[in-house]
Amino acid sequence: MSDAPILSVKNLTTSFLVDGRWKSVVRGVSFDVRQGETVAIVGESGSGKSVTSLSIMRLLAPMSSRIEGEIILNGRDLTKLTDKQMREIRGNEASMIFQEPMTSLNPIFTIGRQISEVLTRHKGMSKTDARAETVRLLEKVRIPNASSRFDEYPHQFSGGMRQRVMIAMALASKPKLLIADEPTTALDVTIQGQILDLIKILQEEEGMSVLFITHDMGVVAEIADRTIVMFRGEQVETGPTEDIFNRGQHPYTRALLSAVPKLGSMQNHKWPTRFPIVDMKTGTAEEPIEISGTVVAEKAPVLKVKNLVTRFPIHSGLLSRQTGAVHAVEDISFDLFQGETLSLVGESGCGKSTTGRSIMRLVQPTSGEILLDGHDVLKLQPAELRSMRKSVQMIFQDPFSSLNPRMSVGTAISEPFIKHKLGTAKQAKEKTADLLEKVGLSADMASRYPHEFSGGQRQRIAIARALALDPKVIVADESVSALDVSIKAQVCNLLLDLQQSLNLAFLFISHDMAVVERVSHRVAVMYLGEIVEIGPRAAVFENPQHPYTKKLMSAVPVPDPARRGIRRGITNDELRSPVRKLDYRPPVRQYRQVSEGHLVQVA
Amino acid sequence: MPVYIGKRLLVAIPTLLIISIFVFSLQKLLPGDPVLAMAGEDRDPATIEMLREKYHLNEPVVTQYVRWVGGILVGDFGVSLRTNQPVLELIGQKLPVTVQLAVMAMIFALLIGIPTGILAAVYKNRTLDYISNLIALSGLSVPNFWLGIMLILLVSVNLGWLPASGYESIFVDPVRSIKTMIMPAFVLSTALAAQLMRHTRSAMLGVLSSDYIRTARAKGLSPRQVILSHSFRNALLPIVTLSALLFGELLAGAVLTEQIFTIPGFGKLTVDAVFTRDYAVVQGIVMCTAIGFILMNLIADVLYALLNPRLRASL
Repeated sequence: MSDAPILSVKNLTTSFLVDGRWKSVVRGVSFDVRQGETVAIVGESGSGKSVTSLSIMRLLAPMSSRIEGEIILNGRDLTKLTDKQMREIRGNEASMIFQEPMTSLNPIFTIGRQISEVLTRHKGMSKTDARAETVRLLEKVRIPNASSRFDEYPHQFSGGMRQRVMIAMALASKPKLLIADEPTTALDVTIQGQILDLIKILQEEEGMSVLFITHDMGVVAEIADRTIVMFRGEQVETGPTEDIFNRGQHPYTRALLSAVPKLGSMQNHKWPTRFPIVDMKTGTAEEPIEISGTVVAEKAPVLKVKNLVTRFPIHSGLLSRQTGAVHAVEDISFDLFQGETLSLVGESGCGKSTTGRSIMRLVQPTSGEILLDGHDVLKLQPAELRSMRKSVQMIFQDPFSSLNPRMSVGTAISEPFIKHKLGTAKQAKEKTADLLEKVGLSADMASRYPHEFSGGQRQRIAIARALALDPKVIVADESVSALDVSIKAQVCNLLLDLQQSLNLAFLFISHDMAVVERVSHRVAVMYLGEIVEIGPRAAVFENPQHPYTKKLMSAVPVPDPARRGIRRGITNDELRSPVRKLDYRPPVRQYRQVSEGHLVQVA
Repeated sequence: MPVYIGKRLLVAIPTLLIISIFVFSLQKLLPGDPVLAMAGEDRDPATIEMLREKYHLNEPVVTQYVRWVGGILVGDFGVSLRTNQPVLELIGQKLPVTVQLAVMAMIFALLIGIPTGILAAVYKNRTLDYISNLIALSGLSVPNFWLGIMLILLVSVNLGWLPASGYESIFVDPVRSIKTMIMPAFVLSTALAAQLMRHTRSAMLGVLSSDYIRTARAKGLSPRQVILSHSFRNALLPIVTLSALLFGELLAGAVLTEQIFTIPGFGKLTVDAVFTRDYAVVQGIVMCTAIGFILMNLIADVLYALLNPRLRASL
């Protein structure tokens, strides 16, 4: 690492033209990235971190954006270059990888062509030379059978593999600077670990500088030498990553860090614990409160799932005969008690969401038994099913698409109450007002429409709507995953408070191990449609038995810079698929009891 | 691929059957008797009876239908009630005219619609976009008969560049054939070009704002490469479908345009057949149009799959 900066950003201000007026979204940002150094820009949505990175590459729409200040890359001020000169820089001296590997590659070109394009464009290589070099790059990013995959299309690759292709493309011209804009956010946690390791190793090999944009403090701690914290378009704090984490000066930095769920932070807590909310102005934190005594284990469980199986048939061929099935949920059983939170964790495709949907009968299970509050859910007729849905409600992941934009918030919340004929319009109105207060909003917001609310507020509205029927069980399907850390902490706290005051049982479906550790009483780890390990939270997190549970936990980035430099070893095993042939007979699984209530699949 | 096409052709059979039933019964339900039209002024009962016998019009409707469909299967669409010519022969005479007109109109529409669509998308909300939109709107709203007459006045009568009307087979005198077709084809193409332009614009806008175009720009590709190679090939998918359907529509003939430029095409044949209650001809035309549409749809789907690697594998 030398002291001369590769990239020097001075007083960068970026504005967008909104309704004929210039509105600044990034104001006065200055930082240096030295050779071989990794600098992270961290912040929540709307902090301007992505706009900063796009400004550096000058990838914003030229008509509706304006960049002021200096961006000096290798001694040249990028803001002063012509468009043509800038194109010589892009993908050559500085390249970029993006958040969405699924959509960032052109679907109609082979990945080989998309990578070699960079080489023919910038390095003047012939097609054959570019092909050979591309295969070398694919090998470098550890794509198995690189030469045979050259002519494949993006849809033939998984998300993690596509991100490797993006990285190969970005590294093709041996750039001095790599800008990585949330490169692992859309990936599963074990895949995220692989990609982070890959970036670290390639950085050492190539000696390039990395500007890493992320919202994830765990990732920052793991990868960054220095960190810039951004908040509402401004740079609030800059410094070595250790200093930011351990001696953060700005109240916002401290608030952000305290809201970050940290895997392993619950070792001394017996019960789910509220996140300590830090005052943004003063930086003082409240005490983290444990919420104890909500679980009613004496009574029969409010939800009992026995041998649940949900499969989706796959048809193909001339006559569309069934040729196989997605074994989304395969023989799972668990109990959920009143006032308890049971978390289902696992990576994409593990069947956790299908389990939630099967319980609500939003998808039709293949077999098994679901007893909800005494009803046998799978035997209910449509009319009874409707009334059953009163006792179980769902909160979804995306608060932006799960509320009808043409329906006022009050109507949305009172609709279930009215449709189930639980009272008069006046009572519905009172109920709505009461619910809005309960979820931390105010009663007079009922007449407003979803677009007037922020993501966190909308998720509160979705929670209020789920509560309108006084359910006993709430299925929370990735309900906090799309939220910014500070909002996530607040919504988790709200769920914990509601559990305490209303004695709710939560089936908390999440891929986020750290949040799960914080809010659950018990945890079930799912893999390929099966529960591989289930038990009390402390038992599973402190004494994981199943190899998959261990792998999952070691992959979670821990927001502690002291652990930097750890390598997981780049494996490139992919998530396996639960698609089976028609003649597949699932084996009968054996479980071993580790301790009281802690079961692990052994065969 | 052959399996896919075979499957699609199999699926087309019930479609054609339904259309045939529909066409057949619609004709039976229409008022007016072709035999009366044929029998002449004096309506001699013996002649009428003879004619009914000859054209099997006195048989039960179901028998008539079966006879008709059976004929079609062996390539016999019956004979024109008016001219006694086989329907297939009539159609065979007019089809090349209409196909030539349709192909030329389609070429014009693609040449006008796609580039303006791309320009409009690239220069979204700027002058070029507004101009393209204005042209598209005029293309859709100016009636063909007016545009046709104006063109004849300007190009043929005043400037004398192109013949005002008529038809020459492309096999006899290709140059003259194309010259006579230029104006009608252009008139026909205006509405299509406008639709194509709107579709191209919106497809391009969708593609241009996609993540992979951002990736292409981040690679340092030139605007030309980004727009023509990376964006347009993706935007092409919906355009291909639309074009094939529009072409199918063109094959059905263009009544007004053919009338103005006195082109002996499908449109004119249809109108004449309808006015003289020439059932056999009308039925034949409708069936041919339906087959044409189904074929164009199939071609569109195959092209779509060929352009889309994701579907190509499943063919």
